[in-house]
Amino acid sequence: MTAIASHANARPGLNVGAMLKEAGLTALVALALTFPLVGLRTVDVGSRLTITTRFDEVLISVLLVFVGRIGLILTREGHALPVLVVSLVVAVAAWFAPLPSEILRVITIAGAAVLAIRAVIAVRRDRSTLSQQERDRAMDRLGARVQDAAMWIGPIAVVFAIALPFMPFASRSVVDIGILILTYIMLGWGLNIVVGLAGLLDLGYVAFYAVGAYSYALLAHYFGFSFWLCLPLAGLLAAFSGLVLGFPVLRLRGDYFAIVTLGFGEIIRVVLLNWAVFTGGPNGISGIPRPSFFGIADFDRRPPEGEIAFHQLFGIAFDPMHRIIFLYYLILVLALLVNFFTMRIRKLPLGRAWEALREDDIACTSLGINRTNIKLAAFTIAAMFGGFAGSFFATRQGFISPESFTFIESAIILAIVVLGGMGSQIGVVVAALIVIGLPEAFRELAEYRMLTFGMGMVLIMVWRPRGLLAHRDPTILLHPRRSARQQQADSEAGA
Amino acid sequence: MTAVPGIPLLEVEHLTMRFGGLVAVNDVSFTAMERQITAIIGPNGAGKTTMFNCLTGFYSPTVGRLTLHRTGGPFLLERLEAFRISQQAGVARTFQNIRLFAHMSVLENLVVAQHNKLMKASAFTVAGLLGLPSYRKAEKQAVELARYWLDKVKLTKFADWEAGNLPYGAQRRLEIARAMCTEPVLLCLDEPAAGLNPRESGDLSELLIHIREEEKIGVLLIEHDMSVVMSISDHVVVLDYGRKISDGTPAFVKTDPTVIRAYLGEEEDEELPPEVKQDLPEVAEREEAP
Repeated sequence: MTAIASHANARPGLNVGAMLKEAGLTALVALALTFPLVGLRTVDVGSRLTITTRFDEVLISVLLVFVGRIGLILTREGHALPVLVVSLVVAVAAWFAPLPSEILRVITIAGAAVLAIRAVIAVRRDRSTLSQQERDRAMDRLGARVQDAAMWIGPIAVVFAIALPFMPFASRSVVDIGILILTYIMLGWGLNIVVGLAGLLDLGYVAFYAVGAYSYALLAHYFGFSFWLCLPLAGLLAAFSGLVLGFPVLRLRGDYFAIVTLGFGEIIRVVLLNWAVFTGGPNGISGIPRPSFFGIADFDRRPPEGEIAFHQLFGIAFDPMHRIIFLYYLILVLALLVNFFTMRIRKLPLGRAWEALREDDIACTSLGINRTNIKLAAFTIAAMFGGFAGSFFATRQGFISPESFTFIESAIILAIVVLGGMGSQIGVVVAALIVIGLPEAFRELAEYRMLTFGMGMVLIMVWRPRGLLAHRDPTILLHPRRSARQQQADSEAGA
Repeated sequence: MTAVPGIPLLEVEHLTMRFGGLVAVNDVSFTAMERQITAIIGPNGAGKTTMFNCLTGFYSPTVGRLTLHRTGGPFLLERLEAFRISQQAGVARTFQNIRLFAHMSVLENLVVAQHNKLMKASAFTVAGLLGLPSYRKAEKQAVELARYWLDKVKLTKFADWEAGNLPYGAQRRLEIARAMCTEPVLLCLDEPAAGLNPRESGDLSELLIHIREEEKIGVLLIEHDMSVVMSISDHVVVLDYGRKISDGTPAFVKTDPTVIRAYLGEEEDEELPPEVKQDLPEVAEREEAP
């Protein structure tokens, strides 16, 4: 950030003129943007479209930007503490003050909050005597400690996840959010194989999610196949599509690879949208059968003649939650399966070759590693997991349409992987909780909840540019008794 | 040119590599023998690294045949895909600008080098996923081989370090160890002594002699450090402007006038063709005239 650079040569004297000029310029940009976007509004009057103006709101927005900029400048120049106090006061005041519209209230509070966070960072930075590099190293040590702690955090998290549906606070909405987060954790872990381990930037992962979802939906629709038969089939079909897409794509590298995967992601969606006879087009497919209890019993209140329902099987009272809880456990098991697979394969030649490929593909070739096969394996395996997740999605929703598989989904999954720290399994969990959980928790904010999503992303990128938990442990040790990190720290101290 | 006795390992015949109008390697032929260190020397831009890239499949030569003799039949390197040159023909290489897997540990670097062997042992990861004992045994053997080479390059202590954190000289040694872990019959080293201090290049010479004497394989060496080249090579090939200008034992090459001319230049008189020399007085006059 430029603020760090300018902070180094910050002078005690404050140049008010320059400050006002900078804030004024920013306000001008804000004016140019908000005038057409906020100031003019089209309204339906009867059958005609007319334009109304909202210049008061423009004025307030510009004023807010002006004041906010002054706050940022003051923070930069070393007056972070007063800025922090003022911004907090403003945030609280905006909550109660009679502002002309709800939007303004949210914007004011969000702006003040961002400014406060910025000021807190600055205050802490001024107080600490560490250099930037030392801070980075401290963060890496934290990442390493979390990685070590994963030994016991992992099992605790799993136990918590298993117990969740029976917690007193586990209402239907809590379990639903749990299912949603677990779906994204599974997708994140799947994509982590391609992006985090093999280092291939895949922007079209949602294509395989779509293939999995449509495989199940169409197989059930046309042939009446059950979920338990379709789950492996959907995985196979997605893996196959990964293989087919992979062949032409994997010869490309870096940016070119990313762009082509982006294109393939869109192609799948556009095909689903336009092949209306087969896929239902934009109307999607509805009435996708729900999963049965391993083919033994259904979760219906009144099962069809001659069949038995879940609650009858176990002799308990009917509760619609049974199905939800069953879905929750299903996705939990699927996600843990992906995690188990990845943890395991990292210690196998294939996984090590993926990581080597990410580090240096030319060196890989010189060691006799067939790059194409290795990349294809990563692509195919990740696609298969995407397919599993997709068929789960289809059976949970009961309805799918191409709308569910837009580019933004790929972007969110990728954001989870990158924010979590490339290649870190527990990082994906933390990032999924933030990226999916936060907007869900702030659902009352309605359309502003995406603001929290953006704020979370900005914060992580400022705080940890390499991702939350970007720390890698070796997959094999020669001196297992003492951890490698300890040794390295010792020798660094000795040097 | 003097013939160097030995059993041929690599035969390079009429190797030519053109990049558009530029001829980087021009009709070079030589033979590298088994259990010998063959040094390729020459001024900067002589085409040494280009030749290496042809040998190891990174470039496909415009003209020429590269034959590697080993059990399993002669391999025509110019026809093999790049990764098969290491996998099947057993030619390993290092790079002029070190190419380690910087964020992986030293030991991991050496285990990745044994990928093909381990891949087979893990039944293309199926046996590995199931954790079958056959795979675990293979992995243990791989670690043993890695440990052997770590001892040889004096990096055992650093086995669990991130490779990128090693000092420069250690990174060079690790790259050689990694190449050796592929169990090659021919090791190609591209300027292994570059950036090393005298003590480190002494260690390097010892290591290369060990590789020749104990591992009994051929070494192809590009090097500028003449003290290393002259003390350990059995055979020296000199390139200049893409052509081979000398080929023989170190003693022969050291005294070959063409080599001295390429390295030290020649007196001005000899450089000019006779017709230019004839014109010289005329040109001088014309320049003085106005």
